[in-house]
Amino acid sequence: MRRTSWETLTTKYPALFSIILIVVALLINLSLQPNLFSRDTLNSNLRVFLPSVLLAVGQAFVILGGGIDISVGGIVSIVNTVLAVQVGLNGSVEKMWLYVGISLLIGIICGALNGFFIAVLRLQPIITTYATSFLFGGLALFVLPNPGGGIPQSIANIYRSTTPLGIPLGFYIIAILILLWQYLRSTRYGSYLYSVGGKADAAYETGVPVTWINFSTYVISGLMAALSGIAITMLSGSGNAEIGSPMTLTAITAVVIGGTPLSGGIGGITGPIMGALTLGIIQNIVSFAHVNTWWETFVKATIIVVALAAPGIINLFGRRKS
Amino acid sequence: MKRLYISPPVAALILAIILFLLSGFLPNGFGNDINIAIAQATNILRLSVFLGVIAAGQTLVILSGYEGIDLSAGSVVTLTAILTYVLVNGRDEKVFYAFLIALLAGALVGLINGLGITFLKISPFVMTLSMSGVVTGLIIIINHGNVSGKVAPIMTRLIARPLSPNIPIPNAIIIWVIFGILMWLLLERTTFGKHVFAIGVNRVTSRLSGINVNATNLAVYSLAGALAGFGGFLVVGNTGVVFIALGQPFLFPSIAAVAVGGTLLSGGKGSYWGTMAGAIVLTLITSLLTTMQMPESIRRVVLGATLLVMISIYGRQRGFRQ
Repeated sequence: MRRTSWETLTTKYPALFSIILIVVALLINLSLQPNLFSRDTLNSNLRVFLPSVLLAVGQAFVILGGGIDISVGGIVSIVNTVLAVQVGLNGSVEKMWLYVGISLLIGIICGALNGFFIAVLRLQPIITTYATSFLFGGLALFVLPNPGGGIPQSIANIYRSTTPLGIPLGFYIIAILILLWQYLRSTRYGSYLYSVGGKADAAYETGVPVTWINFSTYVISGLMAALSGIAITMLSGSGNAEIGSPMTLTAITAVVIGGTPLSGGIGGITGPIMGALTLGIIQNIVSFAHVNTWWETFVKATIIVVALAAPGIINLFGRRKS
Repeated sequence: MKRLYISPPVAALILAIILFLLSGFLPNGFGNDINIAIAQATNILRLSVFLGVIAAGQTLVILSGYEGIDLSAGSVVTLTAILTYVLVNGRDEKVFYAFLIALLAGALVGLINGLGITFLKISPFVMTLSMSGVVTGLIIIINHGNVSGKVAPIMTRLIARPLSPNIPIPNAIIIWVIFGILMWLLLERTTFGKHVFAIGVNRVTSRLSGINVNATNLAVYSLAGALAGFGGFLVVGNTGVVFIALGQPFLFPSIAAVAVGGTLLSGGKGSYWGTMAGAIVLTLITSLLTTMQMPESIRRVVLGATLLVMISIYGRQRGFRQ
């Protein structure tokens, strides 16, 4: 019984399809926007994509560990509103860094709260993080009931237009994330993470600290959400308590398009990063293809469905042939 | 040692009654007049009907297991509400036709969900989420920012008004009771219902015992879509107006209602009675917070915290040591 080569390939390299997808998307984008690879365009694209990339990385940890975190958008909103209210448009640089530190702490605390309920009390992840997303979203709205506030232009510009050695800042951040991940997966923590996501009961039997591994994934997700919140605040320069809510679902879609099944235990962070970039590029394509405004949502959503369906369709036909 | 066991639907119902009684002592509460209290209780029940019907499809999908969830329910509600609104356009004789179209449109979206999930192996969370985007896109295309239509007098008569002037029970509640009995018959007294529970527990053993797992799964998602369509029809009959964000506020409460009603989010165990009780609890909390004139931020925090407490009580999964 020979499995079709495509199926073998996708099992061996789960990110293969996302590579094909991102290359195709990039080529289409390039044909519509010929200056795509110029430094300024690349930078302005990456700084828009980066908040979703950060969120997708955090989400990838949780999903690898067999859970899901739909509260990340709420954490992004809290961080955004805290920064916008506390630093203000005329705040000093020192104050900004102080509140960046506090934001990271907020992210860790929010993640720990999720982790406590899910890993320690053993509640179901979807509904728990849904409940905490209300909690976090409500707090964000409490901090800043109406959109407003902001951070100083000069600080926002650090994020917007830093291009060390002519390469956009986003590249460095993504490279650091991938390097950290490559190190992490070679450690004991890395193999524990995969074993917990693969089969938590078996992992428990063999002495893996399942509770702590689960807990840690939510803390990491909270921390990445805080980083994403900082990035999007520096990108937009202002505060809005609703800024995070659409980002959660983008992050989860990014992880899945990146070849990571929601069942856990398979994948990494490279796929989700590519997934997030692909979603950003799809948005670019839709806006540059001059799609009729009324059709924009439909076209974008249909492209995503097709992208999700494609590996399954190929597998389906592959199986028929063999 | 014998532990006191209260089944989740009963627990949710008791919670609803306690909350309702307590609300009499709150500021802006329902006062001490028994007639006003009964009228308020009826009103809250009436409001629960819409969430309850929309959550019926969600119950089926969640019962069928394997991360089953329907995130397209909200946009299907909007779609069918708008379809009904436009097709009926104030004419009584068109109501039945519009009702069928609403069910069919919902079933079609559900069928596409089911096809993607069953044959292309896309995870239900992502598949239904993306379909939600597609449906929203479709609504924007059909809608073009404004719709002209009108609900028919007979719809308001059948849904929003009481049965007769002497019996102050709104028809919506009667529809819901009949609907609840039908759902119970479907789940507990038909082969299909038994199959839904069976595939929710274990699909491999279900297939080996001769259940057509794929067909059952397809039917579950199509039926869930049709039920969301029915929900949309009821909602527009009650409110008489449509707008693009009509259905979305029902989406997550519908999942929460299922969870509060004690249906396991992992599938295979639960009931529609529980979902009905859950819908009442959620509607009650929302209306209480509204009558207490809490700002949106506090409302969200309280809703999130309540949900957390309720799932902490009986949403816990089995520990590893057992």
